[in-house]
Amino acid sequence: MNVVACVKQVPDTETLIKVKPDGSGIDETGIKWVMNPYDEFGVEEALRLKEKLGGDVTIVSLGPARALETIRTALAMGADKGIHINDPALEGTDAFTVATALAAAIKNIPYDIIFCGQRAIDDDSGQVGAVLAELLGIPQVTVVTKVEVDGKTTKVIRPIEGAQLLIESSLPCVVTAQKGLNEPRYASLPGIMKAKKKPVDVKDAAGLGVTIDVKAKVVKTLPPPARPPGKIICGEEPAEKAKELARLLREEAKVI
Amino acid sequence: MAKGVWIVAEQRYGAYRKISFELASTARKLANQLGEEVCAILLGSGIEGIAGELGKYGVDKVYVADQPVLEPYTTDAHAAAVAKVVKENDPSILLLGASTQGKDLSARLVGKLATGMATDCVDLQIVDGKLSARRPMYAGKCYGEIMVSSFPQMASLRPNVFPAAENSKAAEVIKFDPGVDAGQLKTKVLEIQKDTSGKLDLTEANIIISGGRGMKGPENYVLLEELADMLGATVGASRAAVDAGWRPQKDQVGQTGKVVSPNLYIACGISGAIQHLAGMGSSKYIVAINKDPDAPIFARADYGIVDDLFKIVPELTKEVKKLLA
Ligand SMILES: Cc1cc2nc3c(=O)[nH]c(=O)nc-3n(C[C@H](O)[C@H](O)[C@H](O)COP(=O)(O)OP(=O)(O)OC[C@H]3O[C@@H](n4cnc5c(N)ncnc54)[C@H](O)[C@@H]3O)c2cc1C
Repeated sequence: MNVVACVKQVPDTETLIKVKPDGSGIDETGIKWVMNPYDEFGVEEALRLKEKLGGDVTIVSLGPARALETIRTALAMGADKGIHINDPALEGTDAFTVATALAAAIKNIPYDIIFCGQRAIDDDSGQVGAVLAELLGIPQVTVVTKVEVDGKTTKVIRPIEGAQLLIESSLPCVVTAQKGLNEPRYASLPGIMKAKKKPVDVKDAAGLGVTIDVKAKVVKTLPPPARPPGKIICGEEPAEKAKELARLLREEAKVI
Repeated sequence: MAKGVWIVAEQRYGAYRKISFELASTARKLANQLGEEVCAILLGSGIEGIAGELGKYGVDKVYVADQPVLEPYTTDAHAAAVAKVVKENDPSILLLGASTQGKDLSARLVGKLATGMATDCVDLQIVDGKLSARRPMYAGKCYGEIMVSSFPQMASLRPNVFPAAENSKAAEVIKFDPGVDAGQLKTKVLEIQKDTSGKLDLTEANIIISGGRGMKGPENYVLLEELADMLGATVGASRAAVDAGWRPQKDQVGQTGKVVSPNLYIACGISGAIQHLAGMGSSKYIVAINKDPDAPIFARADYGIVDDLFKIVPELTKEVKKLLA
């Protein structure tokens, strides 16, 4: 079973995002970069499949030089090799362009199943996995909390509003990982040592034969809308406070 | 030239989902500014009868494909059908819901139609004849304004944000052949396990009452359930509560859970960690009940009560009962 896991390096969830004064993007100074949490679930699932069925796990990441740390993290968890797509012209493009580059890198290696995170917690677009599947001409199962692989098919659980679906897909396919899929392991010290020697292939757009044609652009980045200051409800007794809250929700906010 | 504002309507078990009306009304507004038509795509089996209803929300034409192969939803079948009718008609704008189904389908269409999309939008405008979409990024820690330079310009709409306004039209219903061959489908829904609680999903609820580590144990959520039943609300949770095994994963609100925008969000025993705030910060009204006056949740709350939730929540339930009586 040859498994590919796509990973993206993103700001740690603790990061306070600061928008640049000219609205051209976010201020990256001082940001701690980590593996996208949803991608961690994908990497972990890839490793579990390898442990069960044998084969290779390849990590693919598109990002600047620092993204190599994230590839090394996945290698330290137990993946075998990496492909690092590093090209400034691909940075900050769109889902279609990123998926085009990923597809170009992946189509030349053997794969039975490809994991992506269900979305990256930076741009929150949630498109790349599906576009990648389309470009490779394979099916997708997205936002998945359980994966079982047998031979030529996979059965997955996909929660939707008010129900859970059990879906069967032929292989190869793209699976996008949701929290609940597994508990990602930590890299062990020997794992970290070994990762340093594992091969990472570096590619750029030209090397992959990708022409860049950006279709969607973030033209302006803005801070979130300001919220009016809140009210602390005072009172002697809990009952009194609760009564005042209920009144405010009914008469002022008009939401109950 | 690309023309027309199109939507992909969403139905389940033969009934429209609310997002369909939100999509139709939003499309109507944009189309009026452009002086163009609103067309909807409706896919499923045994659904032709409901097609005309979309006229009520301003749709001019409904393209319907009614075939067993389109029910239940699978990505392959629906993406193929939508791509076919879109390519034949060349709309300038294509809108879907950012529901679970809409997200899955819209992302595949980005690939099939080789275009761009703004996901999970909270505002759409026409600027110089083009779509300008506003959407939260970094789980709401900032917002982006997106322009799509290819056609159709795609956007998915966050449920519960755009109003569904009636705007009566007699919609013309046009049947089309989706060109989907069941034998070619690579995915299949084997089973649908319905949640029998009868509660709305967090992403669709108008009111959410969430409990965090301050709830002290799974048994105490009944306090929140009682209040929720009274208000027709859905109960949510912080990650701390989910990771402790008190609540199921689907209840988690936050950056690695669900991003929600209800009218009212009541946080009980939740400190307001940045990852939690990211998931619920765009709620219209936020209430915090927490015994720690310094909890960061209060900085985001419209109304705060500094007290023991075990004393406040039962009293609040009583008060609400009186008000609604
Ligand atoms: C990668 C990553 C992703 C994450 N994603 C999410 C996410 O999606 N969603 C999420 O919620 N968290 C997320 N977190 C976790 C987040 O950092 C916090 O740990 C979590 O939100 C804390 O949950 P809590 O507020 O319930 O618990 P705590 O922070 O422990 O707060 C409990 C609160 O309850 C109050 N309290 C206690 N007893 C009472 C009482 N009797 N009456 C009133 N108040 C009381 C306390 O004063 C305290 O403020 C993530 C963390 C990481 C690292």
